[in-house]
Amino acid sequence: MVRIVLRRLTQLSVTLIALMTLVFFWLRSLPGGPVDALLGERATPQTRETLTRALGYDKPIWVQYGRFVENVVTGDFGNSIRTGEPVTAVIGRAFPATVELAIAAIIVAVGLGIPLGYLAARYRGRLLDNATIVVTLIGISIPIFFLGYLLKDWLTQDIHVFPPSGRISTGADNTDVTGFFVLDGLLTRELDASADALWHLVLPALTLATIPLAIIVRITRASVLDVLDEDYIRTADAKGLRDATIRRRHVLRNALLPVVTTIGLQTGALLAGAVLTEKVYNWGGLGTVITDSISGSRDYPVLQALILLAAVVFIVVNLLVDLSYAVIDPRVRVP
Amino acid sequence: MALLDVRDLSVVFRRRGAEPFTAVDGVGFTVEPGQTVGLVGESGCGKSVTSLAIMGLLPRRGNQVTGEVRFEDTDLLKLRPQDLRDRRGRDIGMIFQDPLSSLNPVIPLGLQVAEVLERHQGKTRQAALRQAGGLLDAVGIPDPARRLKEFPHQLSGGMRQRALIAIALACKPRLLIADEPTTALDVTIQAQILALLKELVDQSGTALVMITHDLGVVAGLCDTVNVLYAGKVVERAGRHDLFADPRHPYTHGLLQSVPRLDVDRGGRLHQIRGSVSDNIPWPEGCAFAPRCDRVIDDCVGATVPLEPTRRDGALRCTNPVPQEVPA
Repeated sequence: MVRIVLRRLTQLSVTLIALMTLVFFWLRSLPGGPVDALLGERATPQTRETLTRALGYDKPIWVQYGRFVENVVTGDFGNSIRTGEPVTAVIGRAFPATVELAIAAIIVAVGLGIPLGYLAARYRGRLLDNATIVVTLIGISIPIFFLGYLLKDWLTQDIHVFPPSGRISTGADNTDVTGFFVLDGLLTRELDASADALWHLVLPALTLATIPLAIIVRITRASVLDVLDEDYIRTADAKGLRDATIRRRHVLRNALLPVVTTIGLQTGALLAGAVLTEKVYNWGGLGTVITDSISGSRDYPVLQALILLAAVVFIVVNLLVDLSYAVIDPRVRVP
Repeated sequence: MALLDVRDLSVVFRRRGAEPFTAVDGVGFTVEPGQTVGLVGESGCGKSVTSLAIMGLLPRRGNQVTGEVRFEDTDLLKLRPQDLRDRRGRDIGMIFQDPLSSLNPVIPLGLQVAEVLERHQGKTRQAALRQAGGLLDAVGIPDPARRLKEFPHQLSGGMRQRALIAIALACKPRLLIADEPTTALDVTIQAQILALLKELVDQSGTALVMITHDLGVVAGLCDTVNVLYAGKVVERAGRHDLFADPRHPYTHGLLQSVPRLDVDRGGRLHQIRGSVSDNIPWPEGCAFAPRCDRVIDDCVGATVPLEPTRRDGALRCTNPVPQEVPA
C-alpha cells in the first residue's frame, strides 16, 4: 500500500513538472495577453510599454519561465493581474466553494446512481429498467447550462422552492471557519446557517450531478448484470443462501469495481462541469475565477495555478480510487 | 423408496426471436440412497441443464421446466423458491465444473465455506469458521487455518475444487450433484479429486449424481450409468454391463472411441461420424439415426421408446448392438 502511494507521488511530481511547463508556454502562445486585455485597444504605446515592464513581460521568455518555476517551488504563484491579490488568496477563497459543490454532486451521483443502477439490473427488461435507460440517456445528453437554467427558472422563479443563486443568503449570520459553509455551520453550531447553505447547494449540486449520475447508473447496471451471470453467484445460489445475503455479499462488492473507476474518471467531468454550473448559479468558486481570469484579463498567474490545481485534484482522486480498488479486490493488492 | 426420482423432466429454452429449443427431453432416472449414478454424454446433450433443473438453478426467464423432480417424496419443481433455498446446500449439495470462476474472487475462502453453515445450521460466524477449518482439512487442504483467510486466486486449481467439495458437503447433504468436477483440472489432480469424492461419498453415505463426458470417470465411480443423447436417455445400465456389453450404437461408439493400449498402434481410432448438428428431431425418429452405423428403415418415422432391458436397464433403440455375452 505504502509502495503504491510513493510510486504515485513520484508520478505526480513528474506530471506536474511537465504540465507546469506546458501551461506556461501554452498560455503565452495564445493571441492577446494581459496587457491588451487590461488596457484595451486604444492604449498608447507608452502605457503599453510601462505596463509590460511593470508586469515583467519585457524580459526574455526563459527568464520569465525561470522566475515562474522558482516561485512555484517556493509555493508563491505571484499576484493576480486583475485584482493584485496574491493568487493563493484568490484560489484559497474559491477552492472550498467548488469542493463543497463537487462533493455534494458526488454524493448525489453515487447515492442515487448505485441503488438505481442496481434496481434497473434486478428488474431488467421491466418498466423500471427501461425508464432508467431512457432517463439516463437524457441525463447524459442534456447540456449542463441548459438544465441549470431550466431548473433555476422553474424552481426559483415559477415556484419559489430554492434560492436562485449564491452560496448563502445575504445577511445570513455565518462564521467562516473552513470556507465550507455547510460544515462551518455545524462546527460553530449555527445550524440555521448550515441549513441555509445546504438549501443553496441543492440545485447546483443536482445540476452538476446529472452527467456523473447517469453514467454511474449505467455502469452499475451493466456491472451488476455481468456479476449476476458469474459462476460464483450460481454457487451462492446452490448453497441456498438468502437472496439478501447473495446481493449484499456476493453481487454488490464485485459489481462496485468498475463503478469506483468511473467515479474517479468523473472527477475531470465534475471540474469542467463546475465552470458552467457555477456560472448559472453565481456560485463564486473556481469556475467563476477561471472564467473571469480568461475573459476579463488573461490573468496568467491565476490561470497557471488553477490548471495545476485541477491536475493535482484529478491525480489525487484517482490515486484514492486505486487505493480503494485494493481494498475491494484482493487480487490487486501488492503482497 | 428412491432418494431422487426424476420423471419426465423437460427443459425448453425460449428466447425471443429464436425457435424454442428442447435441451432436456423427458429425462427420467432414479438415485437410491448412497448410490452413485452417472449422467454421460457429449457437450450439449443436456446433462448440465438436467442438473441445474434439478437444483432449480436455471434462470426463470426463458426456461420452461416441466416434469417431476421428487426428492424424498417432495417435488422440488413445485416448491416455493424460498423453500427450495432451505433445501439447497443442506439436503442437496452441488459441485461445479470450473473451480476458479465458481468461487467468489473477493471473499476469503473461510467465509465462503462458513456462510453455508451459518445459513443452514444457524451457527455463529466464529463457530462456522472453526468448522470450516475442519472441513478444509477433511478434503485434504493443508494448513487450513491459513487458507481460511486466503482468497481463491491464492489457491491451486485442485485446491479450489477441494474447497468447492468442502462447501458442497459442509451440511452433510443426502445427495451431491457433481457437474463435470474434474474437467478443468490436470489429469493427476483429476484422479486425486475423484478418489477424494469416492472416499467422502463412501464415508458419509451420500448419494452422488456424477455428470461427465469422461467414460473413465464413469468406470471408476458409478453404480448405474445413464447415457444421454440430444436431451434423452438412450441407454441405462449398471457400470459392468455398460462397459462389457453396450447395446446402444451411440454408447458402443463412445466406448470404441477410447484409445486403448492393448490394440495395435497405427490402427485408426474409431470415431462417430458427423456431429450433433446432423440430428433429426426426436418425434421424427431416433435423433442419432443420421450418425448411426446400424441405422435401418425403422429408425426413422416415429419416436423410439425407452424400453426396459433384462438387466434392470433401459434402451432406446430399434436395432441395438447384439449382446456379446449371452445373459
